[in-house]
Amino acid sequence: MRREAPKSVADYTPLFFPALMLIVFFVVPFSTMIAVSFFKRNPSGFYTPDFVFDNYARFLSVFFGGVLGFSLMLAVLVAVCCVAIAFPFTYLLTRRPRRVQTLWLVGLLSVLSLSEVIIGFAWSTLFSRTAGITNLFVAIGLMDKPVALLPTFGAVLTGMVYQALPYTILVLYPALVRFDPTLLEAARTLGASPIRAFFNVVAPALRNTIVATLIMVFVFALGSYLLPQILGRPQHWTLSVLITDQAIYQSNMPFGAAMAVFLVLISLALVGLTLLVGRRENAL
Amino acid sequence: MTATLLRRVYFTIVALFLAAPLIVVAGVSVNSRQELSFPPVGFSLAWYAQIFTDPEWRLALIHSVTLAVCSAAIAVAVALPLAWFLWRRIAPWANIFQVLGLAPFILPPVITALGFLSFWATVGLFGQFFTAIVSHAIFFVTLPLVTLSLGFASIDRSLVEAAATMGADDRTVLKTVVLPLILPYLVSGYAFAFVLSLNEYIVAYMTIGFTTETLPIKIFNALRYGYTPTMAAVSVFFVAVAALVFGAIARFGDIRRLLGAMSSEGN
Repeated sequence: MRREAPKSVADYTPLFFPALMLIVFFVVPFSTMIAVSFFKRNPSGFYTPDFVFDNYARFLSVFFGGVLGFSLMLAVLVAVCCVAIAFPFTYLLTRRPRRVQTLWLVGLLSVLSLSEVIIGFAWSTLFSRTAGITNLFVAIGLMDKPVALLPTFGAVLTGMVYQALPYTILVLYPALVRFDPTLLEAARTLGASPIRAFFNVVAPALRNTIVATLIMVFVFALGSYLLPQILGRPQHWTLSVLITDQAIYQSNMPFGAAMAVFLVLISLALVGLTLLVGRRENAL
Repeated sequence: MTATLLRRVYFTIVALFLAAPLIVVAGVSVNSRQELSFPPVGFSLAWYAQIFTDPEWRLALIHSVTLAVCSAAIAVAVALPLAWFLWRRIAPWANIFQVLGLAPFILPPVITALGFLSFWATVGLFGQFFTAIVSHAIFFVTLPLVTLSLGFASIDRSLVEAAATMGADDRTVLKTVVLPLILPYLVSGYAFAFVLSLNEYIVAYMTIGFTTETLPIKIFNALRYGYTPTMAAVSVFFVAVAALVFGAIARFGDIRRLLGAMSSEGN
């Protein structure tokens, strides 16, 4: 049975339920959120319908500019750390026997599926004074007494790298697993050491994959909504944390929605850029 | 020789980094007194029992499991006909629904969550349990959609043609050829959605967080009122469930293929 164009209306029936669900429960909520971003705040309820730009005008403040700058900086840092750790790791992993690969993939998926709440809780325990890693350092004589390592910027960064690392590896995995091994063999035959061959042949050949992965991880890190709150101080809060805070605790849904729309625009622009990079890679 | 050693060291460091917080949490969860100390003082599994005996934790567990079972089922029910249609028909504009199915997962989760919050608040159903089920189903529809699309792409079309030549109509082909072939992909799509729904916090919080507690919501609320070893026990429980489910997928299916290793059979 070949693929064929639908001939009658009846041929469209399977599409009916998915289309209805996705439109009613994704397109409509998304549009509602955009609409709400133009509404007025109503402290006693959710919002009052209106059409104002006040919520967007609030972006033009030093405070907001600071949060935005910090969010972008943090996401860039997380993306760079993750790709730097994950790229050589994933490359080596794809050269291992299938059983080893499967075992690692199961482990990585298990960590990736963990709730941000649990990741936050686990790292706040690891960084705490009573149950933390510093107790280990005291035991082996590196430190005099245990200290709390949070809330600090380092704790936020570590937590977010932990959260994004399995994602980075799994994004890189398909590209690296398909990487043509003959390129590397050629380099090795010509006398390059494995490490030299990796940096001079593998990494440049996958330049576009690396760029696309950086962007994907950047968008992923922008979405982290709890770790900066659990592991950091208020000055480490990101745009995602601020959106949650405004929508839930300050009951200012319109302002939260406006920030969310803004975050969508940044993310969409970057995802579009990823697709563009990917297309150029396929054309080569 | 040195290369192998370097690789081992590197793999060990990554493994340690990924496992360290989980080891600490597992250690904390067996403390005999109600305190978080590591290494644990004494040994007790009472905190694991508490997940099932303490009424609040048990209720949260029931909420979480109900939510995950139902939302994953709806996600598969939405993804299956869509993936089948995209495979069976040539209708370029229908790809828009594929994009819609992928979007909730690619966008930062806060955005999808806030979209659901404004939607349910506007239609006046905010806080009802089923709104979380529907929201999770849409949020995670991406996973069965991706696994099923992979499954359909792997079907040898000549099999289907053979069935059609023998006189089978669309419905018979679907039931006797297509569905058995994509069943593993359907099951893994469901499993992915199930595990992620079980762990999901922000969408659940923004839809039913004020009225109902799921396990992640309960852990987060408990974080603010002081730590108990039960939270650690629940976390270990989550890791165990995820490892079990993904382990089963790897055992009975091809997890490497699911994650995109299509043409690596020669390695």
